[in-house]
Amino acid sequence: MAIIKKFKAVKKNPNHLLGIQDLSFPEVSKILDEAKTFIKLNKSSSKKIDLLRGKTQINLFFEPSTRTQSSFELAGKRLGADVMSMNIVNSAIKKGETLIDTAMTLNAMHPDIIVIRHQDSGAPNLLSQKVNCAVINAGDGRREHPTQALLDALTIINRKGTVQGLKIAICGDILHSRVARSNIYLMNMMGAEINIVAPKTLLPHSIEKLGVKVFTDMKKGLDNCDIVMMLRLQNERMQGSFLPSAREYYEYFGLTPDKLKMAKKDALIMHPGPMNRGVEIDTNLADDINRSAIREQVELGVAVRMACLKIYCQSI
Amino acid sequence: MNKKYLINGRIIDPKNKIDEIGGLIIDEKGLIEASGKDVSNGNLPTNAEIIDLKKNILIPGLVDMRIFVGEPGYEYKENFRTLSDAALAGGVTSVVSMPNTSPVIDNVSMVDFLKRRGRDKSRINIFPAASLTKNADGNQMTEFGLLKRKGIAAFTDGNKSVQDPRLMSRIMNFASQSDSLIMQHVEDNSLSKGGLINEGEISTRLGLQGIPSLAEKIIVERDLAFLEEYFCRYHISQVSSEQTLKVIKKAKNEGKIFSTGVSINNLSLNENDIGDFKTFLKLSPPLRTEKDRTSLIEAINDNYIDVIVSDHKPEDEESKRLTFAQATTGAIGVETLLPLALELFHNKSVKLDKLIATLTSNPAKILGINKGNLDKGNDADICVLDINKPWVVKKNELKSKSKNTPIENRKLQGQILKTFVKGEKSFERTN
Repeated sequence: MAIIKKFKAVKKNPNHLLGIQDLSFPEVSKILDEAKTFIKLNKSSSKKIDLLRGKTQINLFFEPSTRTQSSFELAGKRLGADVMSMNIVNSAIKKGETLIDTAMTLNAMHPDIIVIRHQDSGAPNLLSQKVNCAVINAGDGRREHPTQALLDALTIINRKGTVQGLKIAICGDILHSRVARSNIYLMNMMGAEINIVAPKTLLPHSIEKLGVKVFTDMKKGLDNCDIVMMLRLQNERMQGSFLPSAREYYEYFGLTPDKLKMAKKDALIMHPGPMNRGVEIDTNLADDINRSAIREQVELGVAVRMACLKIYCQSI
Repeated sequence: MNKKYLINGRIIDPKNKIDEIGGLIIDEKGLIEASGKDVSNGNLPTNAEIIDLKKNILIPGLVDMRIFVGEPGYEYKENFRTLSDAALAGGVTSVVSMPNTSPVIDNVSMVDFLKRRGRDKSRINIFPAASLTKNADGNQMTEFGLLKRKGIAAFTDGNKSVQDPRLMSRIMNFASQSDSLIMQHVEDNSLSKGGLINEGEISTRLGLQGIPSLAEKIIVERDLAFLEEYFCRYHISQVSSEQTLKVIKKAKNEGKIFSTGVSINNLSLNENDIGDFKTFLKLSPPLRTEKDRTSLIEAINDNYIDVIVSDHKPEDEESKRLTFAQATTGAIGVETLLPLALELFHNKSVKLDKLIATLTSNPAKILGINKGNLDKGNDADICVLDINKPWVVKKNELKSKSKNTPIENRKLQGQILKTFVKGEKSFERTN
């Protein structure tokens, strides 16, 4: 039935972190600078401060997630916020409640910040229109994963000093990847040169219009690169056949020592996780602490999310 | 009924190539007695009803070849009464209703039901389309002969497309013997599977799966190949892309006979309008690029597109207040069809007589119905419009039961003042 619900007029107009596309360079710098101050705190013995004491953070994860969800949970707790993680599997969503109804229900509990991950692109935007609190996008469909890109930038700055002028190769399943999109926007904004390496069936339409060079030959794409970002092959998002086999994919697009030789000697390997070892990345390379920044990405992820929670909570 | 004299207007009748200052006389039976410059202000009988058109334009009532009505099954989205109110406010006096109801219009008894409901509840002419296949599921053809005898004007699976090439070829072969009109929604389901908007830079940025133009082109190419073998009355319901237009142009230039429609949405909006995931602009076919849009306008001017339709598809708020992927497809449009089309006249994209023809005489000719003209002796189905009146679209002022307009807050120029059906004044704007 057509029921037109009347919503209370939204009084507050908080800022939301919905995507890198909406951010300006000063906003990015502010988040990264703030994050740097939290790196130290996270390594100290007393990791908790009361910056967000009394604030309520709700994690609304519609897709299974280990690292992002725990990273956000930890970030909120370290800042002293009350963190609630909604278990969608048992929730009313499974009983047919719509996203907007869930949003209205949660909104009535007066949260200060909602962290959302959703399988549909644009879901955080829809949520942000209906609630009075700040919304942080923890990944929506294949559109954006802004905190992942920000933590990648922080990792690069930590290792290389700057993003400006670096040559970054983003390799793998670009079509289904929100991480790739957010990183393309962010690294472009920060002055990097970006190469995209993927089989043609996993390239989004008109991707070159986002300001990248496209390669289907991985060796050419990695040539003289400072950063090699590998993406996970998202088998769960694939409808129909995109590739002949994992074996063929690994042969042409998996990161192996042989292909890595094309990049700079000190090139850094990154991966947003979780990894498919032996499909997109050689297992020894993934574990090589001199080349791989994969664990550091996870570590800095907490700091970046603390910075985002702080900034967007205070924007209310 | 008294005789009505509509005087002091500009009469445009594309079928008869008339565009002149004059009037129109409606006789006691509601039929057109005379029209054009011969109907002047002098010698008016005293017992007749005189309607001063005040120099406004009088045209035949519009014929909209593609509307969805919720009866039966989805009355909460739109019923015949609300559809008819919306149509009349838009100057539309005849519509072809799509068969995608619940149950589907695929047999003679459903046609009887529909005609009865249409007659009792609506004040416009309803021409029901029946489905090409039983339950519109693309497996078994419907009874073209029997349905046509019941007065079905056209056959289509509505918002579905017949996928099986063997079945489609047989449909075209069989339909030709009953001279039935086949209207195909051109979309290859496997190419468009999971697709939400036009495939391109916008779909990449929004992270929404794209629908390639190829999905449309490939079905048009297939059906036009069949048309060579099995000639029948074939109509492409809606074309949306430049790529498909190339196929259509080539076929027309080779002398193939078929007709083509386009949705007003694809002529007035493009993929950029989707903006921040506006679900009211989730349409089928999808809004495409600005280049596609301008090539569609050009194709109207070059006579490759014959008809503009509203593709009126009422959807309740609940089915649109969802994420883009979950929201249903479609937008209402019958009430704003003419004012939105007039935008193309005001911005000098299409000449007025051409525009009116695509909304009146052309669809009537394709359907084989005697509507969309001001011929003497015909039902006086007419529309009077103020072509310059500026107004702003507000969804709550629209008469459809569902409010999913894709052009909320759009500033339009040109508004319908009066609509007559069978000589009866069925709508008059009061403000």
